Amino acid sequence: MSLMNVLARAEAVAAGRAVPAATVRHRRIAERPLVLVPLTTAGEAGAPLGAMVGTDRAEPTLLVVPQPLDRELRFAFFAGLAAAVLPVVDAYADEVETEPATKNREEVEVCADAPQIVVPNSAALDYVRLLGRSTRYLRTVEDPDAPHPVPVPVPLLGRWLTHYAERARTPGSSLLVAMTELLTRHWATGQSAMEDQHLGALLGWIDPPDGLDGGSAAARAQTGRGPDGLLLSPPAGPATDPVFDNRVLAPALERYDAARSAGATGPMRVAEADVRRLVASQLRPTWDDVWHGVDLLRALPEGAHVEERWKRDRWSFTGHRDRLRAGEPPQPRRDDAVTAAQKLAGRETAQARLYAQEALDDPLVMAARRLAGEAFTGTVLSVEMTWSEGRRPMPRPLLTLTTPDLPQADPATRAYRALPGAKSAQTAEVVSLTPAPGVPAQRGAGGAPAEGPSAAGGGPAAADVPPAAGPAPAAEPQSGPLWQVVVRLTGGMGTGKTPREGSVPEPGDRVTFTLFAHDQRGGPALPEAEATPWTHGGPPQARETAVPEAPDTATAEDFL
Amino acid sequence: MTQGLDPAAPADPFDPGAEAAAATSAILASTLRGTARGVVVDSPPGAGKSTLVVRAARELAASGEQLMIVAQTNAQVDDLADRLATADPELPVGRLHGTDSPPDPVLDRHAQVAKSTSVADLRDRAVVIATAAKWAYVKDVEPWRHAIVDEAYQMRSDALLQVAGLFERALFVGDPGQLDPFSVVGAEQWAGLSWDPSASAVVTLLAHNPGLPQHRLPVSWRLPASAAPLVSRAFYPYTPFRSGTGHGDRRLAFGVPGDGSGPDRVLDEAAESGWGLLELPARHTPRTDPEAVRAVAAVVRRLLDRGGVTYSERGPQPAPLTADRIAVGTAHRDQAAAVRTALAAAGVPAGPGGVAVDTANRLQGREFDVTVVLHPLSGRPDATAFHLETGRLCVLTSRHRHACIVVCRAGVPELLDEHPSSEPVRLGVTVKFPDGWEANHAVLAHLAEHRVPWRP
Amino acid sequence: MSTTHHTLRERLAALRGPGTAPRPLDARALAALAANPGCRRRALMDAAGVDKGAVAEALGAPARFGQSRFAFSRGHAFEARVKADGCAELLRLLGAEGARAQVPDLAAAGPEGRTARTRLALAEAPRGGWTLLDHPLLAVEVAGSTVFLEPDAVAVAPDGSWTVVEIKSFPILDGAADAMKVGAAARQAAVYVLALDAVEAGRARSAILLVCPKDFSNLPTAESVDVRKQLAVTRRQLARLTRIEEIAAALPEAVTFDPAAPRPELTAAVDAVPAAYAPECLSSCELAFHCRARAREADAVDALGRALRSDLGDLTTLASVRAASCSTAPTADPAVAALRRAAALRAEALAAATGGPA
Ligand code: SF4
Repeated sequence: MSLMNVLARAEAVAAGRAVPAATVRHRRIAERPLVLVPLTTAGEAGAPLGAMVGTDRAEPTLLVVPQPLDRELRFAFFAGLAAAVLPVVDAYADEVETEPATKNREEVEVCADAPQIVVPNSAALDYVRLLGRSTRYLRTVEDPDAPHPVPVPVPLLGRWLTHYAERARTPGSSLLVAMTELLTRHWATGQSAMEDQHLGALLGWIDPPDGLDGGSAAARAQTGRGPDGLLLSPPAGPATDPVFDNRVLAPALERYDAARSAGATGPMRVAEADVRRLVASQLRPTWDDVWHGVDLLRALPEGAHVEERWKRDRWSFTGHRDRLRAGEPPQPRRDDAVTAAQKLAGRETAQARLYAQEALDDPLVMAARRLAGEAFTGTVLSVEMTWSEGRRPMPRPLLTLTTPDLPQADPATRAYRALPGAKSAQTAEVVSLTPAPGVPAQRGAGGAPAEGPSAAGGGPAAADVPPAAGPAPAAEPQSGPLWQVVVRLTGGMGTGKTPREGSVPEPGDRVTFTLFAHDQRGGPALPEAEATPWTHGGPPQARETAVPEAPDTATAEDFL
Repeated sequence: MTQGLDPAAPADPFDPGAEAAAATSAILASTLRGTARGVVVDSPPGAGKSTLVVRAARELAASGEQLMIVAQTNAQVDDLADRLATADPELPVGRLHGTDSPPDPVLDRHAQVAKSTSVADLRDRAVVIATAAKWAYVKDVEPWRHAIVDEAYQMRSDALLQVAGLFERALFVGDPGQLDPFSVVGAEQWAGLSWDPSASAVVTLLAHNPGLPQHRLPVSWRLPASAAPLVSRAFYPYTPFRSGTGHGDRRLAFGVPGDGSGPDRVLDEAAESGWGLLELPARHTPRTDPEAVRAVAAVVRRLLDRGGVTYSERGPQPAPLTADRIAVGTAHRDQAAAVRTALAAAGVPAGPGGVAVDTANRLQGREFDVTVVLHPLSGRPDATAFHLETGRLCVLTSRHRHACIVVCRAGVPELLDEHPSSEPVRLGVTVKFPDGWEANHAVLAHLAEHRVPWRP
Repeated sequence: MSTTHHTLRERLAALRGPGTAPRPLDARALAALAANPGCRRRALMDAAGVDKGAVAEALGAPARFGQSRFAFSRGHAFEARVKADGCAELLRLLGAEGARAQVPDLAAAGPEGRTARTRLALAEAPRGGWTLLDHPLLAVEVAGSTVFLEPDAVAVAPDGSWTVVEIKSFPILDGAADAMKVGAAARQAAVYVLALDAVEAGRARSAILLVCPKDFSNLPTAESVDVRKQLAVTRRQLARLTRIEEIAAALPEAVTFDPAAPRPELTAAVDAVPAAYAPECLSSCELAFHCRARAREADAVDALGRALRSDLGDLTTLASVRAASCSTAPTADPAVAALRRAAALRAEALAAATGGPA
């Protein structure tokens, strides 16, 4: 764990509440997110117990399976979930924007917005994936031979959930997000990362109720039980509290079963209402917690690059919409070689992009990069104009900076600087890195802060990272030695012999260079699946002759 | 194919030259005359992998075949091109490179090495060589009849997927004991799939083509007789190898006698036995433990000051142990940087021409006379998968021709014992064996016999 | 020391409390030793057969463990299904579909009797055919006392090799399963392999058979799991349990973990043994809430996670971390220097965010 995070957690313990881990919001929070809180039955894969779902916090849709081991009831749950989710999805499918043609492709349409699904925690996110897997191959009423047909929208729900869960594996995506992950990205608590997985405890640290500090609020959420022995803040799912299972749920299910097998409709309805009430009691606190988290996140300003990443999410949504419309079969159980490689490459690119964009959007993230030696912020001491050799000499100015950061850079390492108003970053190359001369004199005398005012008044090129506010007491006081870095600018200065106005910083300017690139180019194209080489098992079955994935085997007794 | 895989200990008297020659001719026979589409060669540290690649390339070219060579880094490509052109100055070699990664100027001395960013310019060359990353951009060309894939264990499966369409048959060469390739994002969802894109290329290749002939080079010419048994046992338990030299063949000696200090005593121990452990008192430290870093620098300084000389099978005359024959290996880059700073303060040149100070990742494939290793677990309050990785320790302890000196805080065996083992296990994934935890124990147990406590 | 005239067994019985029956160690407990092998408190209490759950309860910090009866009944039903019809399904999964197996009766009086029966059945299993031992009982010596272990099944193959069979009720979905659960199963199975090695070394295979429901059905499917790694770890951890004697010897004679003891006395006894709390304890040890409270009182960095320690050197308390971050005296400690730098950068960034352009 990074030292920055350790320090933040130590501060949170001292403060008795969470402290910021980000100064902007790094993920999209939709205007009308669809919140989904699922619960599952212990020990049974894919036997949901119930869910709360909806876009209106005051009026969640409650879905309950009064006997989770009953196939018909479970399929009714899936139908109910489809009825709650698919209309929301559909509402976004037809509102489109037109993307102008580029060199490589024609004009295309992209959905103007996409539905966002928010679940309480990562386990719930995995459960969404499982729900997608368990429903996308189900046979529907349109299939005359299906032994246990489901309503038509159920497999469609499965395919959307599968798509969302798969997209959630792309770093920085916001289509399907887990609230605990969102909150831990933006706040550091005084407990461990493992304890942060408990949504109630996490919120206790971030926004403790009046009269409690973070630690006590978290403790109450984790272990506090009411007089009935049930947890005050039930686990946010999908697993339930074993005490709840054994003490109240099991007897209620038994009553339901008894009434049903006796064919007593009245008692059965009563028993069912009981189960509904019980399941709702476990869901509601988490439902409220998720919305509480949404409020907290909304209060943060959105990072500058979030919109760009959200647009990629919209592309992803549009792409899946198109695949459905084209009548493509459901996603296979496991990826073929080319798809797997494609996904991995895409995610690695997304990871690198996110890594850069978060730092550019958020001084606190940039601070962590600087601490790790992956970026440096310094004051320009001098600028020496030089030019490249060759027929058309290009400007190659040498910048000498002093910085308290120690970049992990060998000579010739590439560096990048965000240029205001420019599309891409200015490229540069580290020439040398030496201890700044006269450091002892500067150290303690506040060498770096002394340069602060000049930076504050610096030219427009200095606006990379806002300088520390004047009196900020902790800004670089005696925090260590200063380094002198010489960098050679190699790009971003236009095409002429003289650099474009404002593209070369001036002495006194404060500038930030990163050792990571700001944009990511995708890698080379992978072969078509039909051209999978012999080293990887050769081409999978040709698409035309391939049988779509068979549904899961249905066994007579279904569950145990 | 059993000749390359027979794990039975070679009967003494062991003739390393004959063993290695037999293995090489079997490999060449498989490659030149075999019918399998692929041949896999496991090469332990210093077993002559580059020599094999050069030889196979020349013989394939001599038989009139056009050949492509895939290596993993630009430095490896330049090094191979240089060796190839040196061995056969007449051979038309093409060095394919990226626009922003020009080849090493060293290649300029070979008239027959053509350089280009476009494969079309090089299609007439008998041998074309490039990194896997560069090959991945080559599309729509007639496939090569033959390829050699070097450092195949460090290549990721998805990288092989990108280039495998360019050749019909290939010789895959690599060291299974070194660092595995990795991915910066999770790839668990493909764990257990034969084509897991984050796995090693060789794992995928063999999963799909289990019948391919597999050979191994049985002799390490680099590792001395004092090191081969330990490295073989700890890191290659199922594919043992031997040292090409005997116990008397290599010797490290100093012109200046030791002064009784810790560094001098550990140097004497290492000169005597091939191994030395300089043990600092137990303490939890951050990665750039100043005392350990200073100890490393002191050992290097004394290595040079004491006028080290090496005797080896290469000739009757002793060779002076110069700075460029020494490496310092660390786990992290900031540790390497700290050691460089400490060496500079001690007046020892580091970097090109001087002592090589680098991380295990960057020392892979390189060879020195003496290595000084800052143990990856030294001073750590906890062990992590990164620090326990088998390949990391294997790289660090198998770069030397004469001696390896490990600098470490006391307490690492206890740290290993107290390491919680709650690793996830994924179905269908072949267990990489030996495991880092065990290999670390094995190495430490051996080093304990060569321990010298630090006395500044 | 005064303990010299005790046997270890007597000493451990005294620690447990007079008249308290030892809570027998099982494979799960032995495997769990590897979850936090640095903790002396746990090692001693487990070796002494102390009921840690009862102690936690008595300390006022009850564990949160518990199994849902739904999961419990599912597990039983699944195992019954695997073993129905003379273990027909199990044979199929072992690659011997349609074969018949001997399923000897292992019933006997007392654990010693059952262990002897198991040994006999293993010895008598005829070559050339399959023999399946349903819930055999195995014994291993751990820190001076005998621990009885009961695997779900052991299969004797026609070639005479023994395979440990672990039956779990989590699913194998499209060929993959929850890796944490498979890991736990592998560690547990490794203990059985060790116990079989004690019967006859080399007969047990180091690849075990993990049987789970397939996808969303109740049909069993199986995967072979290589447990060599887990075997090596377990072997070493069991060997290390000999240090129990040292740990016990370091305690005052009167110490007892009897849950019936008065709370202050019990608290003092528990705290007399050094612990190594980390958040992982919350999911693996009954005493976790007590130890967590102690670790927090001590302001230990470890309470926030083991990984946090890695760059801190010998700073072990949160207060020392904070103090280092705002210290100003010259320092040679890179951890202190880095913390200062981190604090300065953090303050600068937060100031920039609040005072910067809107
Ligand atoms: S909870 Fe306490 S006794 Fe149990 S393992 Fe953790 S530190 Fe040891």
